[in-house]
Parts: sequence; C-alpha cells; structure tokens
Amino acid sequence: MTRLRRTLHLLTGAPEAERIVPPTGFTARLTLFTAAAMAFLAVFALALSLAAGRLADRWASELARTATLRISAPAGEMAAQTQAALRVLDTTPGVASARALTADEQRALLEPWFGPDLPLETLPVPQLIEIVEDVPGYDATGLRARLQAEVPGAVLDDHTRWREPLVQAAGRLRLLGFLAIGLIGAATAAMITLAAQAALAANAQVIRVLRLVGAQDVTIAGAFVRRFTLRALGGAAVGTLAGVVAVLFLPSADAAGGFLTGLGFQGLHWLWPLAIPPLAALVALVATRAAALANLRAQS
Amino acid sequence: MQRCIETGGGNGQKDGQYPKGTGVIELSKVAYSYGGAQLFSDLTLTLAPGSFHFLTGPSGAGKTTLMKLCYAELVATSGMVKLFGKDARDLGRDGVALARRRIGVVHQDCQFLDHLPLADNVTLPLTLAGRGAEAQANLPDLLAWVGLTAQARQLPPELSGGERQRAALARAVIMSPDVILADEPTGNIDWDMSQRLLTLLVELNKMGKAVLIATHDLNLIRTAKAQVSARVLRLADRRLVAAGVDL
Repeated sequence: MTRLRRTLHLLTGAPEAERIVPPTGFTARLTLFTAAAMAFLAVFALALSLAAGRLADRWASELARTATLRISAPAGEMAAQTQAALRVLDTTPGVASARALTADEQRALLEPWFGPDLPLETLPVPQLIEIVEDVPGYDATGLRARLQAEVPGAVLDDHTRWREPLVQAAGRLRLLGFLAIGLIGAATAAMITLAAQAALAANAQVIRVLRLVGAQDVTIAGAFVRRFTLRALGGAAVGTLAGVVAVLFLPSADAAGGFLTGLGFQGLHWLWPLAIPPLAALVALVATRAAALANLRAQS
Repeated sequence: MQRCIETGGGNGQKDGQYPKGTGVIELSKVAYSYGGAQLFSDLTLTLAPGSFHFLTGPSGAGKTTLMKLCYAELVATSGMVKLFGKDARDLGRDGVALARRRIGVVHQDCQFLDHLPLADNVTLPLTLAGRGAEAQANLPDLLAWVGLTAQARQLPPELSGGERQRAALARAVIMSPDVILADEPTGNIDWDMSQRLLTLLVELNKMGKAVLIATHDLNLIRTAKAQVSARVLRLADRRLVAAGVDL
C-alpha cells in the first residue's frame, strides 16, 4: 500500500518538483513520438483482436447450431426422398426445424461459382435441407443410421469438419492481436526506458547536486517519472485519437462479406481505445521508475 | 604526533537528535585511499555541537576529501564515519540523504543547478524535503542576510564569484542544519567579502551550529579567532594535527 502511495505521489506530487531537472528536448520528443505511434498501432491491433473475436464467436455459435442434409437421387425419386428425410428429421429429438431449400435459394448459393440464370432444373444438383438444432442438439450418429436406412441418398453434414479450423483460425487471430498489443506495450517500455536513461545520463551533474543537498532517490526519480509519464499520456492520447479516426474511415464489410465481419469497433467496443492512453502512461511510469532507480543506485 | 582530535563545543551548544556525548560528525581511525595511494590514515576527529574548526593544509593534502567523508559523499577505506551517532555505512542511500539535510555544505565550486534562478537554488533543500511553503516564507530574510535580494531571479552563471559563495552559504543554512561544512568558502572572493562570509559563519556558530571551514587563508583564521573560540586542524603527511597554537 505504501509502495502504491509512493508511486502515485510520483505523479501527483508538486509540479515544481519536476523543475529540479532541466528540460530535455530530445528525450521529450522521442517519448511523445513513440507513445503516439505505438498508441496508433495499438488501436489497429485492438480492432483486429475484437473483430477476430466477433468472427470466432459468430462461427462458433451460429454454425454450431446448423447442419445441412444433402440428398442425391435420380430426378424421379428426389421429391419422395426429400419428404422421407423431412419426416425423419421431424421425429428426431434435438432438431428444432428442418426445411428444404427452394430452387431459387439453391441457385443463389451456386451463383458465385456459375453466375446468374443457372438452369438448375436441367442439372443433377442435390437437394439441400437446412437443419436447425435445438438445445442440447441431436445425436448425429443415430440420425445418420436412420437416414441410411430410410433415405439412402442422404448425406448429413454437421459443418464440424470445416467449422472447427475456421473457429480455431479466428481464435488464433484474436490471440495474435492481443499478442501484438503486448509487444507494442513492451516496445513502448523499451523505448521509454532508453529515453529515460538518456535523460538521466544527460543530467548526471544535476543528480549529483540534488543528492548533495539531501534529495532521496524517490524524489529524483519522481521528477523524471512525472515528466515521462505525462508525455507518454499526451502522446498516446494523440495517437489513439488518430487511430480511432482512421478506423472510422475504414470501409465497412458489404453484404457479400456478411459471413465475415467488419474490421473495426462495434457498440461498446468503441470505448476500448480509451484504455490505451492510461495504459501507455502506466507503462511509462513503471519503465521510467525502474530505469531511474536502477541508474541512481548504480551511481553510488 | 597527535592524531586524535577531540573537540568540545564552546559556542552555544544545543542538544541534537543523537546520543549525548557524541559529536554531530565523528571520524574514527579513518583511512582513505584513491588510485592505490593512501591519502590519509588513522584519522580521528569529532565535531561537537556548537564547535568551530578550521581545517588547513597544503594543496593535495586531502582537505576536500576529508570534507566529503564528513557528508558521506565518499566512503572511508577503513575506520568509521558517524553522522549524528550512526555509522554512515549503515544509513543506506535514503539515510545519507536525510543526514545531509542536517549538514549544510558550502562546496568549493558551489554546485548549483544552472537552469534554476538563485532563489530556487537557495530553497532547493527545503523543496526537496517537501517544505516548499516554509522556503517561501524564509527566503526574503535569508537573501537579505546574505545581500542577494536583488539577484534572486538571476541564474547562477550570471552571478559573480562572491555572490555564488554567499548563495551557497544561504542554501547551506536554509534547512537550519546542525553542522556547516565550508570548503574554501573565500577562495574566489576579495577580503571584504570573505570578512562578510566569516561574519555570517560566526553568527551561525553562535546560534549553535558546528562549523568546519577548510581554508588556506591564515588571515581569515586569525580574524575568526578574534571573534570565536575556534580550533585549527592541520592535515599534512596523511595525518591530522592540532595547529591552533601556531596562529
């Protein structure tokens, strides 16, 4: 608790305490630029993470509750097998609804590959039945056994085969986004540490005088911590604002991409970037404090 | 040869926050080596509260080094340095910093922060101690006392040597320290100014502060001895000896 109070005092202490260290133009500009650039990148990494998260959630939840039954049969038997399959599905526990796609719906599904005006009725296209699961879902193995007996031309596709890699990929993308944010934070800490060490080295004589007149390490460190923390906060605020504006002007996902998701923020996710400047300031505070105290101890 | 200098306080002693019967600063069998050469050895010195000492000796004898040992800027090679009754080695960095707030030092080269005006340099010890309000209350009187009221907003590089020495003295006393160490405080100033500085130090001594002045200026010592009961110590041949009877 005392440690926390002392750390907070580094920021809230009298502004005149900062004046004991002369202005350092080079390190000030470096800190401002680094914080702004890193915050700008962090906004995009955050947007990527959140978008990937939405994608993973959507694929995991929506596709997990649907399945497709494909019926391949001679044209004369197609209607009978479709009706037989629907009867089986109607009596299967865990199936909320089952519906045969219309010719128009099937044409729309094939349109991206074959173009419009596809003469569907002249092609041996299988009949598709959309199945929506109930909670907790149906027994896929049992359903396949029943269908094999009653509708020999039916193949059940519960999407598992291709859904899991997609969900996994989206999950990894989200993880990469957060990893990128972590790396941005670490790079910010490294750059600010270097800037703080440069400032400390440039002010070695000032620090010596301060020690001679009774300054404690925490007081000297405080002058640097306050300065670097406030600069990081200001730089990160500018970078975050620029990043959010840039995300605002990103093109939105169109209808054809509805299966995907827009790269950006939605709803309350717009509030997340607000956390970037305080986090940048926290990183600067910890990095500068550690650098300053280590530097001061090394001087004794 | 006399190696051990025990000095009593004779000019307005006051009780400090350290064990009774001990000095504000005590050096016991101290040796100091630098670059393989021994600057002095077996040096014992006690600065009692309210005492007044001069430290003389040829250039290179180690007067400034001895002063630095007294405010723990240097660490003795062997022996013990006690600040206010505590071994300086046991104080730690923060402890040394707190002890220095009770030791006013007038450095030979003054040691100012050149980016701050004189007034801020003088009040720096109080600012660092979190007593900024007190600093502002005492500053006008203090600057008037050292004759620097008109120079309050000037930066240290803009001041003359004498003004810098007086400013250093003002900074040394603003915390009302228990002891004042002055290293060649009159080295860069004329005789009139050195008399004025000496008068200030004598006044402080009469207020109970222990004073140790390192100087080459024998005339200054003679003048001081006319005003105050001062002991003169001579550092030569790696030893500290009493030299008051020669002056």
